[in-house]
Amino acid sequence: MSELLRVENLSVAFRTRGGIVRALETVSFSIARGETVALVGESGSGKSVTAYAAMGILDPAGQVTGGRIVFDGIDLTEASEREIEDLRGREMSMIFQNPRAALNPIRRIGTQIADVLLRHGNIRRADAPAEAVRLLAQVGIPDPARRSRAYPFELSGGMCQRVMIAIALACAPSLLIADEPTTGLDVTTQAVAMDLVRDLARERQMATLLITHDLALASEYCDRVVVMHAGHVVESGPVAELLAAPRHPYTARLLAATPRPGIALGDLAAIPGELPDLRRAAAGVCRFAGRCDRRRDDCAGSLPPIPPGPLHDAACWNPL
Amino acid sequence: MTALLDVINLQKIYPVGGGGKARGQLHAVDDVSFSIAPGETVGLVGESGCGKSTLVRLLARLHDPTAGAIHFGDTDLAGMKARGFARRPERAAIQMVFQDAGESINPRYTAFEAIAAPLRRLRGLRGTALQQRVEELADATGIPRALLGRFPHQLSGGQKARVGIARAIAVEPRLLILDEPTAALDVSVQVVILKLLMDLRQRLGLSYLFVSHDINVVRLICDRVIVMYLGKIVEQGPTAEVLGRPAHPYTRALLSAVPELTLEPPGPRPRLGGEPRSPINPDPKVCRFFGRCPDGRPACADSMPRLSPVGPGHLAACHFA
Amino acid sequence: MNETLRHVRHVLTENPVTLGAAGLFVFFVLAALLGPSLAPYDPFASDAARALQPPSLRHWFGTDALGRDIFSRVLVATRLDMAIAVSSVILAFAFGTLAGLAAGFLGGATDQAIGRLVDTIMAFPLFVLAMGIVAALGNTVTNIVLATAIINFPLYVRVARAETAQRKSAGFIEAARLSGDGETAILFGQLLPNILPIMMVQASLTMGYAILNAAGLSFIGLGVRPPTPEWGIMVAEGAGLMISGEWWVALFPGLVLMLAVFCFNLLGDALRDIVDPRRRS
Repeated sequence: MSELLRVENLSVAFRTRGGIVRALETVSFSIARGETVALVGESGSGKSVTAYAAMGILDPAGQVTGGRIVFDGIDLTEASEREIEDLRGREMSMIFQNPRAALNPIRRIGTQIADVLLRHGNIRRADAPAEAVRLLAQVGIPDPARRSRAYPFELSGGMCQRVMIAIALACAPSLLIADEPTTGLDVTTQAVAMDLVRDLARERQMATLLITHDLALASEYCDRVVVMHAGHVVESGPVAELLAAPRHPYTARLLAATPRPGIALGDLAAIPGELPDLRRAAAGVCRFAGRCDRRRDDCAGSLPPIPPGPLHDAACWNPL
Repeated sequence: MTALLDVINLQKIYPVGGGGKARGQLHAVDDVSFSIAPGETVGLVGESGCGKSTLVRLLARLHDPTAGAIHFGDTDLAGMKARGFARRPERAAIQMVFQDAGESINPRYTAFEAIAAPLRRLRGLRGTALQQRVEELADATGIPRALLGRFPHQLSGGQKARVGIARAIAVEPRLLILDEPTAALDVSVQVVILKLLMDLRQRLGLSYLFVSHDINVVRLICDRVIVMYLGKIVEQGPTAEVLGRPAHPYTRALLSAVPELTLEPPGPRPRLGGEPRSPINPDPKVCRFFGRCPDGRPACADSMPRLSPVGPGHLAACHFA
Repeated sequence: MNETLRHVRHVLTENPVTLGAAGLFVFFVLAALLGPSLAPYDPFASDAARALQPPSLRHWFGTDALGRDIFSRVLVATRLDMAIAVSSVILAFAFGTLAGLAAGFLGGATDQAIGRLVDTIMAFPLFVLAMGIVAALGNTVTNIVLATAIINFPLYVRVARAETAQRKSAGFIEAARLSGDGETAILFGQLLPNILPIMMVQASLTMGYAILNAAGLSFIGLGVRPPTPEWGIMVAEGAGLMISGEWWVALFPGLVLMLAVFCFNLLGDALRDIVDPRRRS
C-alpha cells in the first residue's frame, strides 16, 4: 500500500489572550491509500486541530509552527493557497460533527451537491442535477429525486449526515476526513452512517481519517488507531494489537475507563489528574507524566516522537 | 414493596399546525405506564424524538400531562399544575440533573449560588446554615471549596456536572431524574461521575431515573431498563433480561448498533434502516415500529401490540415477542 | 470586584478607540455637570459688535450672528441635550424591557398585543412620528423626551422579547423551577438579570440615536426654542450662514453632536465586552 497522507512533526500554536497555546507538538502519522485510520483522544487532545491543519482550514488564530503535511507527494505547508483549495474538495473532503449546521439552510440539497460537482468535478452544467440525485441514491436516501428538492430543515439529522457524505464524496476524493461524524446522532443512525462510509470507502479505495473520542467506534471501523493526548501522539498501531496490548500508559488508562459489556462499574478506573495547561507545558516533554503512575526520573527528558508509519509504537520512556 | 413512583397511562399531546386551530396532534408520550421502587435505578433509553425528554419533564412537573396519573408516594402529581408546583412541598422530592451541565447553571451564578438556590427557596436556609450546607454538598460531590466562587464558564465539564448534581441533591429529593448526565463528558470523567452517582444513591437512599442513549452506561448502573419508541414503551424489564434477551425487534436493533470494543472485525449485523413514522396523528391500530421493523407482518398494521410479559418482570410490546 | 475592574481596564486598554470614547464620555459628563460654570462667556449675551467672528484665541469656536460665544453655547448646551437623551432612554429602556420580557415570557395573546403595538409604531417613519407627537402634544422639552422615548421603545421591546424567548426554556430556567422558583421569580430573578446586560448595551447604542433625534427636532424648529443653547438649534442657525462663508457657526455644534453620537456607539460595543461574563478570563 502506498502512502497517501503523511503528517510529519506537525506543530501548531494558537495565539490567545492568556498566552500561546502549543496545541500540537511534533505530531506524526500517515495514512495509506484505501486505509481507515482513527484519530482517538479526549476533548483537548488536539485531534480536531490536526484534521483542520491537514485540510488547511485552521482558525486564523492558529499557526503551523513546524513540520510538514505531505498529501500525495505535495507538501501542503509549502503549497500555494490555490493549490490547496484545488485539492480540498476534489482530492480531500471532510464531514463534520453537526451536519445540519454545515449545510446551507436556504438552498435545496440537490443544488448544494451540484454546486460542489460544478466547482471541482469535470461535469457539464446540464448533467449536475442528475448526478446529484445519483449520489443521493448512493448514500441510501430513499426517493432521491424528490429529496434532492428538499431543504436541510426538512430532513432528519441522519439524513443530513448522509447528504454531507454525498457532498464529501461528490468528486471521488482519495481521502475523507470525518470529524466526529456521528456525535449527536442516535446509535442506530450512527451505525447506518458508519457502515455507509466504510462501504463507500472500500468500493472506491478511499482512505478515511476518522476523528473520534469513541474507542469502540474506532475499533469497529478502523484498520489503525492513532491515540492523542494533550497535543501529542502517544501511541499508534494496528487496532487489534493496540487494543490487546496497549503500550502507552494513557492508552491503557483510556481503555480501562471505557464501559463495555462484562465490566462492572467497580472495575472501571478514572484517569487521575487533568490535562496539563498547554500554555505552560515544556517543549518536547511527555505531557502525560504529571498524571502517570509509571513515571520515572528520566520522564522529564525530551521525548522521541513516534515516526509516521504503520508500526505499533508508543511515545513513552517506560512503556507497558 | 410499594413503588416510590407509579406512572399510569401517562400521555402528552402537543397541538401542531399554525393559527388558532390545531391541525394535528403530536403524540409525544402515549399511554406510558411504569413504576420505580425506592432505591432503584431505572434506565430510560430510546432515540432522539422518542419522547424520553418529554416524559421526564412531565415527571419532574415542568410540563403538564394531557392525561394519566403520576402517583408519587400517596399523592397524584398529575393533577397539580406545573405552574404552581414550585410552591408545593413535593417540589423538593423530585429533582433533576441535566445533560448540559453548563447550560443548566445560570451564567451569572457562581457555583455556590447555583447550589444555594434550591436551599434558599425550598429550605429557607440563610447565612451560616446555608454556607455550611453548600460546603457539605461540595464535599459530598467532590467540588473543591475553592471553586465555589467560580462562574460556570470557569469550570471544567466534570466540575460543572458535579455542581449540577450537588444542586439536585441539595434538598434531599427521593427521586432524582438524570437526563444524560454524562453524555457531554469524556470517558475518564464519566467514570468518576457515575461512581459518584452510585455512591450517593447508596448513602442517601435515592431512586434514579437514568435517561441515556449509551447502552454500555445503562448496563453499568441500572437495575431495570425501559425502552421507548415514538412515545410508547416497547420493552421494559430487568437490565440483564432486556439487554441479554431483547424481545422487541427495536431493542434488538438498538443493541446491535452499539459499537463494541472488539479485537476482531465484527461480522455483519442487522441494521435499522429508514426513518421513524410520524408522531403526528398516528394510527392507533398500527404498531409504531411497523414499516421500519425487520419482522413486520400484516398483523402489525391491524392492532397495536400491548405490553405483555415475556419473562420474569420482563414486558414487550410486540405480537411476535 | 477586583477582577471586574481588571476586566474593565483590559477592555479599555486593548483598543485605543475605546479608550478615546471613554475619554470623550468623561468629557461630556463633566461638561453636562459643570458646563455653565466653565463657560468663558455668558451664552445668552449678544454683542452686535462681535457678530460672526471666526474662531480665534478669544472665541475658540467663533461667534454667531448675534455675537454670542459659540464655545460657551456648545458647552452649556451639553446639559440639556444629555438630559433629554438620558431621560428618553431611561423611559424607553424601562418600558421596552418590561414589555419585551412579558411578550417573550408569556407568549400568546400578550405577545400578540405587544407585537401589534410595536409594529404600529414601526410602520411610521420614526422621525416623522416624533415630529407628529411633539406637534400634537405641544412644543416642550417634556414632549421631546416622550417622543424620543416612544420611537425608541420598539427597539427595546424587540431585543428584550427575542432574548427572553431564547432563554425561557434554557436549562438554567428549568433548574430554577426545580429549585422552587415561581413564575415571578423566574421572570425577575432569572430572566431579567440575564437580559439586562444586553439591554444596557442597547441603551448605550440608542443613546446616540436619542441625542441625534432631539437635536433633529430642534433643528426643524420643534421642541427647544431659541435662544436656549442647544446643538440642533445652533446647527440650524448656522446652516444658512454656511453659504456666505461663516462655516464655524454650524460646524462646531455639529461636530460636537457627531462626537457625542460616536462616543455612545463605541461605548456600547465596549460595554458588550465588559458585561458578558463569558468574554472574561
